Amino acid sequence: MAIAPAPQTLTADVLIVGAGMAGATLALALQSGGLTPILIDRAPLSDQWAETFDGRASAIAFSAFRQWRTLGLAPDLEPHAQRIEQIIVTDGRAPGAASSTRPSPFALRFDSAEIADRVEGEPLGYLLENRRIRVALAKAIKAAGIAVLAPAAIRSLDLADGGATIVLEDGKTLEAPLAIAADGRKSWMRRQAGIGVVGWPYSQTGVVATVQLERPHNGVAHEHFLPSGPFAILPLTENRASLVWAESDKAAKALMAASPQAFQAYLDRRFGDFVGAATALPGRFVYPLALDLAERMTAPRLALIGDAAHAVHPIAGQGLNLGLKDIAALAEVLVDAVRLGEDLGSPIVLERYAQWRRFDNVMLAAATDGFTRLFSTDNPLVRAARGAGMGVVNAIGPARRFFMQEAGGAVGDLPRLLRGEAL
Amino acid sequence: MDIAPHSSIDPAEVERFSAMAAEWWDPTGKFKPLHLFNPVRLGFIRDEAARRFGRDIAKRRPFEGLRLLDIGCGGGLLCEPMARLGFEVTGVDASERNIGVARLHAEAQGLAIDYRADTAEALLASGEAPFDVVLNMEVIEHVADPGRFIRDCVSLTAPAGFMIVATLNRTPKALALAVVGAEYILRWLPPGTHDWKKFLKPSEILEFLKDEQVSVSGPFGVSYDVLTGRWSPSSDIDVNYMMTIDKSAAAGEHV
Repeated sequence: MAIAPAPQTLTADVLIVGAGMAGATLALALQSGGLTPILIDRAPLSDQWAETFDGRASAIAFSAFRQWRTLGLAPDLEPHAQRIEQIIVTDGRAPGAASSTRPSPFALRFDSAEIADRVEGEPLGYLLENRRIRVALAKAIKAAGIAVLAPAAIRSLDLADGGATIVLEDGKTLEAPLAIAADGRKSWMRRQAGIGVVGWPYSQTGVVATVQLERPHNGVAHEHFLPSGPFAILPLTENRASLVWAESDKAAKALMAASPQAFQAYLDRRFGDFVGAATALPGRFVYPLALDLAERMTAPRLALIGDAAHAVHPIAGQGLNLGLKDIAALAEVLVDAVRLGEDLGSPIVLERYAQWRRFDNVMLAAATDGFTRLFSTDNPLVRAARGAGMGVVNAIGPARRFFMQEAGGAVGDLPRLLRGEAL
Repeated sequence: MDIAPHSSIDPAEVERFSAMAAEWWDPTGKFKPLHLFNPVRLGFIRDEAARRFGRDIAKRRPFEGLRLLDIGCGGGLLCEPMARLGFEVTGVDASERNIGVARLHAEAQGLAIDYRADTAEALLASGEAPFDVVLNMEVIEHVADPGRFIRDCVSLTAPAGFMIVATLNRTPKALALAVVGAEYILRWLPPGTHDWKKFLKPSEILEFLKDEQVSVSGPFGVSYDVLTGRWSPSSDIDVNYMMTIDKSAAAGEHV
């Protein structure tokens, strides 16, 4: 192997591994607070913009959207953001329960008007196609002049007392007091740091398709937990909707291979009662359903954000919200620390982040525990519902009020970015 | 080590801290309370300095061009953050071992800090140029002659500069919390770290300085929240408190 004449060393405040939605948002938040991040990804950013890369839509809580607005992304996101005026969660027994005027005993209705801590006129949240988010983030990253190393392959990660060092396959050495694992559900960084995960696969596959609706959706999102399986109808702009549902792994495979006509026929049969006439738009996507929670949010010289810390069931489109809350908290902790002259990767600083996020993590853990109990019963309704993941736990009884605030992201001590304030 | 004729060093005190020096930088070790306490001190120093010298704290290295002296710097818990904020930092500690630990750590962090195993009076005697900021944090309660010590520190402060004194109040509450509570009950600090009889009341600090051309502000309190484990500024001066001492009378106000 040829030896590079002068191996290049780059230094930064923070090395962010993973330039997806979480990593890119964190980079922008840190840069806005005067820190210097470097983004590292194994694929070029432009890969993320392809129509075939990510067909999901994300529910963005109003507080999480404030963060993007504060970071200057609103002009690029708003044209593609569908306001969520109402969320209806139904745990019914028959098709049509949700559209009936008489709600089933398990129906929950979340109305934007009911949410406290919401500025007049703010909806419950927005639905945004991930692809639009990725394009807007990449544009903002470029405009902010943030260093991006992508595509870049990592040869080694060293988390030592003095700082984090990453060596790339091309010989470049990157040094910073802190590294961030923003590399998703199967995080390589997390494994390198020896942080384990708890969770389990649901032995099901999530299928995502976008449809053009004939009836106006009026900004209403539906989440149904039915014996035939859980599904969500998430309203998008231009009177489209993102359909998300769970199938057996085998059925999902068959759907992916089905002809457009057969796929359309399947959608008509399965969703016709709920959405009326709906025409499938190009693109079908499948995602394995599993719950993966990191045992810790931090390790020496490392912090986890987004799916690397907690990958949840995609049925409610809530996964990204958790990540955006991580980012708002972590960015504030780091910007405040740097303004005190503190060592960004010291255990004292990282503990502030872990402590701030522990509340959500405990809620997640509690929901997880409830979920384990759901698994240990043969009650047919519960059996059907368990495939629905975290959502069904939220749909049970006293959690409703909490869920309302949680969905809006107004739980706990809100970071400045989630209040719409600059760092 | 040479002991100067009017040395402020109490040899028994130096011995106690040297034994703990290697643990200075372990945030989960014996110095955990100091690591938890550090942010509120850092914020106070930063804000007081920014106000006096007209610096913007949202900038990186806002204190570029200013000289700071930390007397009794220990393992460098204040020196390192101050160096990151742009100060040209001199850290002085009577314990060779503390200075050794501090030097080693600063080097690993890539920070240039002038550490010296020395005392305030020796520094003064050497004709060292005065400093824009002098930090006198949790050290005066450990010296043999606090009046002499604080006046030496005033002499080390530049004409437009200021000093911050942080110490423990000699109140029953401080005895209960800082000595009995922190040392004997919570085991935050090794028993014997503090001698309550040497704690100083704010009025005694003023008395030490009555013949000096300075203006004193404070005392400013800090308090500990057991729920969050965080310290914050407070009006409670019964245990820990800080005072600022300005050489130019215009900068502060008399209490």
